[in-house]
Amino acid sequence: MTAIRNEIRFLLNGRKVALADVRPGETLLDFLRLERRLTGTKEGCAEGDCGACTVLVGRLSGGLVYEGVNACIRFLASLDGCHVVTVEHLKRADGSLHPVQQALVDFHGSQCGFCTPGFVMSLYALWMREPQPSDRAIEKALQGNLCRCTGYEPIVRAARAVSSYGEVEADPLAAERAAVVAEIEAMKDGTRVEIGAGAERLVIPAGVDDLAAVLEAEPDATIVAGATDVGLWVTKFMRDIAPAVFIGGLEELRAVLEEDGVLTVGAGVSYSEALPHLAARIPALGPLIDRVGGEQVRNMGTIGGNIANGSPIGDMPPPLIALGALLTLRKGKERRTIPLEDFFIAYGRQDRRSGEFVEAVHVPQPDAGTHFAAWKVSKRRDEDITAVLGAFNLALDADGKVAEVRIAYGGMAATPKRAAAVEAELIGKPWTAKTVERAMAAYERDFTPISDMRASAAYRMLTAKNLLKRFFLETSGAGRS
Amino acid sequence: MTRHETLNLRKAKIAGGVATDRRHDSAHKHVTGEAVYIDDMAEPAGTLHAYLGLSEVAHGTIRSIDLTAVESAPGVVAVLTAKDVPGVNDISPAGLHDEPILAEGDVQFLGQPVFAVIAKTREAARRACRLAKVEYEEKRALIDIADVEPQGARLVTKPLTLARGKAADAIRTAPRRIKGRMRVGGQDHFYLEGQIAFALPGEDVDVTVHSSTQHPSEVQHMVAHALGVPSHAVTVEVRRMGGGFGGKETQANLFAAIAAIAAKRTGRPVKIRPDRDDDMTATGKRHDFLIDYEVGFDEEGDILGVDFTYAARCGFSADLSGPVTDRALFHCDNAYFYPSVRAVSAPLYTNTVSNTAFRGFGGPQGMLGAERIIDEVAFALGKDPLEIRKRNFYGNGNRNVTPYHQEVEDNVVHRVVSEVEKSAGYAARRRAIAAFNAKSEIVKRGIALTPVKFGISFTATHFNQAGALVHVYTDGSVHLNHGGTEMGQGLYVKVAQVVAEEFQIDIDQVKITATTTGKVPNTSATAASSGSDLNGMAAQNGARQIKNRLIDFAAERYGVPKEQIVFLPGRVRVGNQEIPFPDLVRQAYMARVQLSAAGFYKTPKIHWDRDSGRGRPFYYFAYGAACAEVSVDTLTGEYMVERVDILHETGKSLNPAIDLGQIEGGFIQGMGWLTTEELVWDGKGRLTTHAPSTYKIPLASDRPKVFNVALADWAENAEPTIHRSKAVGEPPFMLAMSVLHALSDAVASVAGHKLCPRLDAPATPERVLMAVERLRAEA
Repeated sequence: MTAIRNEIRFLLNGRKVALADVRPGETLLDFLRLERRLTGTKEGCAEGDCGACTVLVGRLSGGLVYEGVNACIRFLASLDGCHVVTVEHLKRADGSLHPVQQALVDFHGSQCGFCTPGFVMSLYALWMREPQPSDRAIEKALQGNLCRCTGYEPIVRAARAVSSYGEVEADPLAAERAAVVAEIEAMKDGTRVEIGAGAERLVIPAGVDDLAAVLEAEPDATIVAGATDVGLWVTKFMRDIAPAVFIGGLEELRAVLEEDGVLTVGAGVSYSEALPHLAARIPALGPLIDRVGGEQVRNMGTIGGNIANGSPIGDMPPPLIALGALLTLRKGKERRTIPLEDFFIAYGRQDRRSGEFVEAVHVPQPDAGTHFAAWKVSKRRDEDITAVLGAFNLALDADGKVAEVRIAYGGMAATPKRAAAVEAELIGKPWTAKTVERAMAAYERDFTPISDMRASAAYRMLTAKNLLKRFFLETSGAGRS
Repeated sequence: MTRHETLNLRKAKIAGGVATDRRHDSAHKHVTGEAVYIDDMAEPAGTLHAYLGLSEVAHGTIRSIDLTAVESAPGVVAVLTAKDVPGVNDISPAGLHDEPILAEGDVQFLGQPVFAVIAKTREAARRACRLAKVEYEEKRALIDIADVEPQGARLVTKPLTLARGKAADAIRTAPRRIKGRMRVGGQDHFYLEGQIAFALPGEDVDVTVHSSTQHPSEVQHMVAHALGVPSHAVTVEVRRMGGGFGGKETQANLFAAIAAIAAKRTGRPVKIRPDRDDDMTATGKRHDFLIDYEVGFDEEGDILGVDFTYAARCGFSADLSGPVTDRALFHCDNAYFYPSVRAVSAPLYTNTVSNTAFRGFGGPQGMLGAERIIDEVAFALGKDPLEIRKRNFYGNGNRNVTPYHQEVEDNVVHRVVSEVEKSAGYAARRRAIAAFNAKSEIVKRGIALTPVKFGISFTATHFNQAGALVHVYTDGSVHLNHGGTEMGQGLYVKVAQVVAEEFQIDIDQVKITATTTGKVPNTSATAASSGSDLNGMAAQNGARQIKNRLIDFAAERYGVPKEQIVFLPGRVRVGNQEIPFPDLVRQAYMARVQLSAAGFYKTPKIHWDRDSGRGRPFYYFAYGAACAEVSVDTLTGEYMVERVDILHETGKSLNPAIDLGQIEGGFIQGMGWLTTEELVWDGKGRLTTHAPSTYKIPLASDRPKVFNVALADWAENAEPTIHRSKAVGEPPFMLAMSVLHALSDAVASVAGHKLCPRLDAPATPERVLMAVERLRAEA
């Protein structure tokens, strides 16, 4: 029998908090603003897109890491064993400003000021991670923060200058690291957390085996990992998610392992955690993951969640399908492993059986000599949802003919989908402009895209074809210029 | 005398006077999260929360409203429908009685407020809203202006015609003629702080409303009408907004009215704050336009005559559509002289949200018509658009009459443009781009240099007035209040600089206070870029009244001529002696001198006769120019803004650092409008881009890779504005036209610059790619 605790415990701005009356859909933002009157953290959109609610969450992952997250869609229950840091924690006891704050003041980085606390927190996280950031790093760190007044230029100037206002080592969060680690470790008692009943019920399993047990007993429970999608079910659609099972804190699901050229990524691994592993082995995935959401969403959202929720416009399934990834699902002690593409049955329907959960995805490293690329097309370059995403995996034989090819798209059908007809057109043919041109006619057999607010059907179709052309130009050495 | 005052006596200059870089007065509070926005205010015990129930159809008659389930939902205290409005159920700022607070009889757009729920928590009110059962008898809905038949189309307000010369004849007899249509998209304000109001009931019929509004006086009047009480019963206060951009000029009225009605009904404080999606669905935006144009020109590229029709999607009510579409016509010339011109507006009724003010107020859409014509002429003649622009600029002393018969007297467009042309290295880069494009099959580059000339003043002459209230306390510190509101633009600090300068005291001695209808009455909206011009002058006037009393007093007390009394930093020289400012103030108080004044200002010279289309609607013009270079991937239409060079003219700036922020920020906001910000309605009239997940404003990574922005340091307003400065809120927004035209230039390169790309806005990657495809097919 697993030991059970009926409260969550975390640190808020260095102080211990224990809560026994947490509701499954209660957000961190509401807790901060309504319960604690910590009103420096703002609500701008309640969907994790504007960043006005950015706070830092420190958690143990090897060491203690602080990551920016969107408090508006972060559920309070998911903070068990974490350290939440809000903008109110930054000013020093003597009233002087934190280096990030002073830089923003001096460089005129605020106008209306409403987005500013969120920018402070994102830049704080960046500065701790990278005290001398490149402009590219600054832009990446700010992908999840919208400012409507400044045009960002003064904020970027401030970001470049933060280190001239103070050293990271002298920062309180760095100085108090050991004490915070000790406090968090003391909170981790290996118990399952259960709070509430019925429409208020939530569970934080003690581990993956416990998760399996919980889901066998409550197969209709809502599995919440990063909450970057489930969060919106609550904040936008006011859905009740009870019973909710929070898996974001399960270390066993956050592992990335390599064996025989296959990278096994646990279902709870966030984009940010997966990025270095995937990009090191499959370089084309680096720039692609950089364009998933903003930094806060990448810190919260998981590769497993992106697969499990079955969206036709998720950014990970197409490249993973093109790479020939496999998916492990688990129910109780039973596991089964299937090709990832088979998981997606129809819109809103996946091959996940009652009581089952996604445990890991296995990503084979492409063989040397094969070509792999993945491109996302969206209205705005960063922090946008895909209009079309094409992923290409190609092996040529000694004669320059297509030996093997796997092409998968997002945004072109009701599920992430392989371009089977296009692939068939290419197989065995010489990898030439003519072949590619001919294969383009096959797209209409594979796809009937829709028109929506992101793109018209015509644009989706044209772009999908042109991405193949781009792939050809890049692999044939013609370049893209 | 204290040590501090001794130091002051030696001071050569005050801290925070005019023409200095002064940081935003709330910067410290912004970065610490201590700046209080309305949702951050401590809530008195018993505070209730309101939430709006919105129409689910675009056009129809309400058959029945069943709110039984709503009323019995947990936490619900009251439910309001149209019949619960105690006064007049209307918030039409145009006075046309066409905009109900809560729908009555018919609903006219999807998202129109139909009822409001008042509950103990915001969540309870929001959840309860979903339990309502409203039945509609649907009617045919007009959604897109392209579907509106121009003949006999319903208009929300009276259209305007501007005419000078005989445009039809000039076009007919011109050597070359081109006719076309341009589509210009709308824009959501996306202020980071959404709409919000917090009403506190007072005794008798009184109510105090904290409203995130650019126009407290109008909110006051609307609330008074809605409650059926005199204006004196309503006090509206706003310390700061988390962004406005025009979106809180009239759109705050609805929320303030609901909060006030609910507060008086329940006797408890009531707050209302819609979710972002509801905010975007239920509040107005920048008007999208269809611009039909015809231009006659000669082989050299001189424009001989133009004819424009500017049709705008106004939505279901007039709101500010009249003045917005007027301002579009006022800017159909941008910086160009039309020998003959006719421009007509068509403010079209549609079953969509009622569109409203947004930075530029129709001006940007008007100017795009002018710039499209330049493109047409240039591509038809195979010339560089910049050459056509320069040929057609307003002259100095000649060729200087606008379509509304005002003479352009302060023209600096030639200088601004030639300086940007030089600093950006336009000619050399155009050659380099041509060379690049010749070699590059997929990626194409483009460059464009576009000017801005923007008219400053409210076109409704009576709005061009302002008031201020200045108190000097006996310790020499100053309390400043005026009718302008702070939405991030730095108005408060600029006006405080003016007052500090006037009294020659450090700016820390000037307390900036929240705008409230109780201190300065009958104010105009903080809009039309007028904030500093109007309120700066009013505050200066208030300060000068007190100063003059101090001078009179000192002259009498010390027996020196008034000319020998000079305000120096921190002190006043009276004849041969210098008296610290606080000491003189104290002496004046003891002598019973009034140390408080209500300042006032009205803009001189302006007048406008709308019926004849003649007058001087603008006190002066603001000028700027931008050169943008882009690269376009012709496989997907994706693009990057590689470099932008801007020179903007702000007169003698009150605060160059703040003005720079307006220019940079305005440019990026304008770029968003013309590139990635796309509003999409589905066939049912539902706005499908109603949140940042679907509506894409620029990010830090969308900034130009190289971004050089300068203020024209040689500039000075030809008119005696406040310290010869110029308005800066709106004009820089339109510098972003350079990006649209650089994209157009890149697209044009695929057909040898011989076909006009007719790139509509917003130029999303999709529109860019489709333009590339069309040109390739036509070439």
